[in-house]
Amino acid sequence: MIRVENLNVTFHNSGRTMRAVRDVSFAVAAGETFGIVGESGSGKSTVLKAIAGLVKSSSTMLAVNGREAAERRSREERKLMQFVFQDPYASLHPRQTVDDILREPLIIHGSNNIDDRVVAAIANVGLSPLHRFRYPHQLSGGQRQRVAIARALILNPPILLLDEPTSALDVSVQAEILNLLSRLRQSYSLTSILVSHDLAVVAHLCNRIAIMQLGQLVEIVNAADLRTGRVQQDYTRQLISASRGFTRAQA
Amino acid sequence: MNQGLTQWLMSEAPASRRQAVLGSVYRGLVAIISNPAALTGLVIIAVLILMAMFAPWLARGMSPIEQTLSSRLAPPSAEHWFGTDELGRDIYVRTLYGARVTLTIVLLVSVVVAPIGLAVGTLAGYLGGWVDAVLMRITDIFLAFPRLVLALAFAAALGPGIENAVIAISLTAWPPYARIARSETVTIAKSDFIAAVVMQGASTWRVLFKHIVPLCLSSVIVRLTLDMAGIILTAAGLGFLGLGAQPPTAEWGAMVSAGRDVILDQWWVATIPGIAIFIVSLGFNLLGDGLRDVFDPKAS
Repeated sequence: MIRVENLNVTFHNSGRTMRAVRDVSFAVAAGETFGIVGESGSGKSTVLKAIAGLVKSSSTMLAVNGREAAERRSREERKLMQFVFQDPYASLHPRQTVDDILREPLIIHGSNNIDDRVVAAIANVGLSPLHRFRYPHQLSGGQRQRVAIARALILNPPILLLDEPTSALDVSVQAEILNLLSRLRQSYSLTSILVSHDLAVVAHLCNRIAIMQLGQLVEIVNAADLRTGRVQQDYTRQLISASRGFTRAQA
Repeated sequence: MNQGLTQWLMSEAPASRRQAVLGSVYRGLVAIISNPAALTGLVIIAVLILMAMFAPWLARGMSPIEQTLSSRLAPPSAEHWFGTDELGRDIYVRTLYGARVTLTIVLLVSVVVAPIGLAVGTLAGYLGGWVDAVLMRITDIFLAFPRLVLALAFAAALGPGIENAVIAISLTAWPPYARIARSETVTIAKSDFIAAVVMQGASTWRVLFKHIVPLCLSSVIVRLTLDMAGIILTAAGLGFLGLGAQPPTAEWGAMVSAGRDVILDQWWVATIPGIAIFIVSLGFNLLGDGLRDVFDPKAS
């Protein structure tokens, strides 16, 4: 479904160049949930944005659904994949109601029965019809993230890109959103890429996981191997032990 | 107001899009009315508009340009409420008709200035690169012109008159709007909600006009109402210098200018239009201040 070969992303900032992603290659099969983990600044979100076409990248191959993705995406190509952002406080237009936000993608793509689809989308992510004409600032973080997920799915895209969808939420809400994503992934048979720094979340949701460090791909492991610690690289081991956190025995 | 209607408008769970839109309009109106500064400004401007609209009725049958040399420079009395000027014209009536000129200038300038400033600023901020560089350097050039001097040159070249005064004021008034719109657009364009609509396949024009412009609009409107006072004063200044509205049209700046020669002996000739300029400028300033409070999204 998604093939990435030798993906490079370079940022130019006031004369300095910064290679955020170096020669990353992987493939994601249809229906699979692929995880990308790594510490802050490892380039994991940038990989996701490059696939989405939100940052400029160069690669020997960046194919979506068997077709090479163009530098400038057409409206039809855009329809193939949608993005859920990390911060639900920044990803919703502050002056638009939930209704406006959900209608916009349908209007852009000239869909019909817009009203019915908006109502269905709101119910689908577990929001009440009361929330339809609310503004984002009248909603909680978890509710906003539900709106963002509803917006991403309203065009029925086969691919969903998730950029740390729960890291800005508190723990109890994180679980709700993860369960929601897990349910929607099955009912829509979505192919998805989930970026996170939380190994537990990734091991729970993903089939295969790529570990990234300093813009490079360290290795790709199975979820089962990640849970049992059967990994090849030292860096992955360090990351696993760091994610277990502080234990009294070590102290 | 009808209890049921209020409840329908303030409903937490509107049943239709129309109800939601009307409800938020109503809430905005309540916010403006319950803000004392905004309300005062609004009342002053409403009175100005009514004065301009009903000037012929309020003038009690007197004409603003008819001269009665026998009663020139008469002090305020029951017959001439604000006295008469050096040609025996009633100052009350001329002030009423002057509101029309002032309103025309204010309206024309804002209709020209706000769209130009918004378009230039949002385009520069969103497209960036050479478009940004070119548009903002043009803005800088216009910003460097001294307003009154350019207006003088313009009036001198095209001939004095209200239309040319409006063109001259607009030419020098739009750059600050472009600056505001650009700086807001630069921050908005980087945000995730713009990336989200781009991901949905929205065209550049759609992103600009449906998602960026509405966010810049509130600060531009606030700036515009605060600028109104300056626009009125510039128009009055041009009138005072004889380059705005031409006699015998009643224009407040020109009326002050005409009263200058007799300001010590017949104070009312210059004072009454001066007070009118002052009150209307104050009204626009108060409304602008109030709108800034109402529009501030952090307050709600």
